Amino acid sequence: MSPYESKLKEIADRNEALIVMTAENRIHIRHLPDILGERFIDVGIAEQTMAGMASGLALRGKIPVLHALAPFLTMRAFEFVRTDAGIANLPVKLSGFIPGFLSEANGPTHQAIEDIGIMRSIPNMGVFCPSCQDELLEHLEEVILAPQPYYIRYNERPAPTGFLNCERVGKTKIPRRGEGLLVLTTGILLSEILGAAITLESSSLKPTIAHLPFLHQLDEDPLTELLASHDQIVTVEDHLATGGLFTAIAEFSARRGLNCKIEPIALTTWYRAGQFNDVLDYEGFSPDKLASRLLDIHSS
Amino acid sequence: MSSDLESIALEARKSCISMSGKGGCFLGASLSIVDVATWLYRCFLNVSPETSESPDRDYFLLSKGHGVPGLYAVLGELGFFEKGRLDNHLEIMDTVYWHPNREIPGIEFHSGSLGHALSVACGVAKSMQIDKTNAKAIVLMGDGELNEGSVWESAQVAASQRLENLIAIIDRNGFQANTTTEKLSPLEPLEAKFKAFNWRVATCNGHDFDSIQSAFESLTEMATNKPGVVIAETIRGKGVPSIEQKALGWFVKADQQRVESMKTELSEAYAK
Repeated sequence: MSPYESKLKEIADRNEALIVMTAENRIHIRHLPDILGERFIDVGIAEQTMAGMASGLALRGKIPVLHALAPFLTMRAFEFVRTDAGIANLPVKLSGFIPGFLSEANGPTHQAIEDIGIMRSIPNMGVFCPSCQDELLEHLEEVILAPQPYYIRYNERPAPTGFLNCERVGKTKIPRRGEGLLVLTTGILLSEILGAAITLESSSLKPTIAHLPFLHQLDEDPLTELLASHDQIVTVEDHLATGGLFTAIAEFSARRGLNCKIEPIALTTWYRAGQFNDVLDYEGFSPDKLASRLLDIHSS
Repeated sequence: MSSDLESIALEARKSCISMSGKGGCFLGASLSIVDVATWLYRCFLNVSPETSESPDRDYFLLSKGHGVPGLYAVLGELGFFEKGRLDNHLEIMDTVYWHPNREIPGIEFHSGSLGHALSVACGVAKSMQIDKTNAKAIVLMGDGELNEGSVWESAQVAASQRLENLIAIIDRNGFQANTTTEKLSPLEPLEAKFKAFNWRVATCNGHDFDSIQSAFESLTEMATNKPGVVIAETIRGKGVPSIEQKALGWFVKADQQRVESMKTELSEAYAK
């Protein structure tokens, strides 16, 4: 059983309301049908019915955790998520597989690169973008037991070196403190950014790196302190520049009157399909490419 | 029983007409569901103002949300809330607007966007099965609503999940917003379609309480493990002949004089 499955089982053992659903995508939950019995519901390839059905289950006190590929869960089922779970503020939890660059070679149909923006646009919707499996598991129970709907950008990549013991302020993780340049990220690219920082050690650029796993509700005080104490701000995300981390930080900064210039390293369109490391390199998100992009921004 | 039902339905229809005089409402679509809603709440659903929070109650979801004056009027007649609240139709300080919302007692779920509530009802029915209660989930859809692909996706899921405690009702008034269903996107043979989806199917006259009852009884007699559907043949605008089966009778915004004339038509129709 995968650690994610074990965690779901553990929560389900303690809480009879937990229901695991899927639109015939079982890749990370293969062992749960036998364990959960009728509390495991596979509706077939029917994301919108799954979202509506989940709302009906939640209406009677259940906590459904839905699984499908992120683009189909957030886009095919969008109106059902927004209208049925969102308007009623029901605790429907969406666990979207292969978001962002994790869809690798599937091509643009399977690329969820606007999912954060779409989910952030639903009032009450929580948005959780873990940087690794450890962070996914660390917050999974609180996300599932929260009273509102939630979108989880599923990610089981291994923890970046040094991440587990890194500095934390609120839910914000700050694995590296530097000066001048602040690099903010959310989700899967933290390893690559930390790799870029190592590459940059031979230069004069010593960025602070912070990871924000929750995008619906930012850690306002530490974020203000971080933004105000650096001269340059860069956001890095495997998402379109519209609607995701860059937008959230820009909105926050404007609202706080922080007057900082923020440079996005983000996608402008669908990315080149290929194997994960090749995609990162081609699109400029490998550690080396990120290091040189940060240097360029810094010197501009 | 019948005169009691008829009197509830008559009063409910008067309320619908009154709401059309307070900013307008989807009157034709509301009048076609009044008799079915009356029969459901009086004779079938295990729910009342006293049990409206009970976990063992039956759930009724109105999927064609624009017909909600018909449902509000029946709930008001049966005491789920003070009937006078319907005078607040479209008042900004209340929530009696054009589609249902859960702030009105008796309303289980909001709706308005077509093609949603069958999937929600699937979840309600499934949770009842998991909770081992004998309660039922009933969902009423419009026939025009069956244009939505999500209805058929959910119909497939309802059958595959063996939701025998789920019953859908189709308000088969033959019309959608602008034209007849058969002219735009023909639904027939509708019974055969649901049968092919592995549902139990019964048809009734949706304005005849005995016929409605027989249809529900016949569903009960059929094989279990399948969801059921009752196709209720109805007349859009039923009870007000000047708007019955008229394309323009879908949404009616009436002045006071028109409200009175429609109520007169209604009384005459009931007197026949």
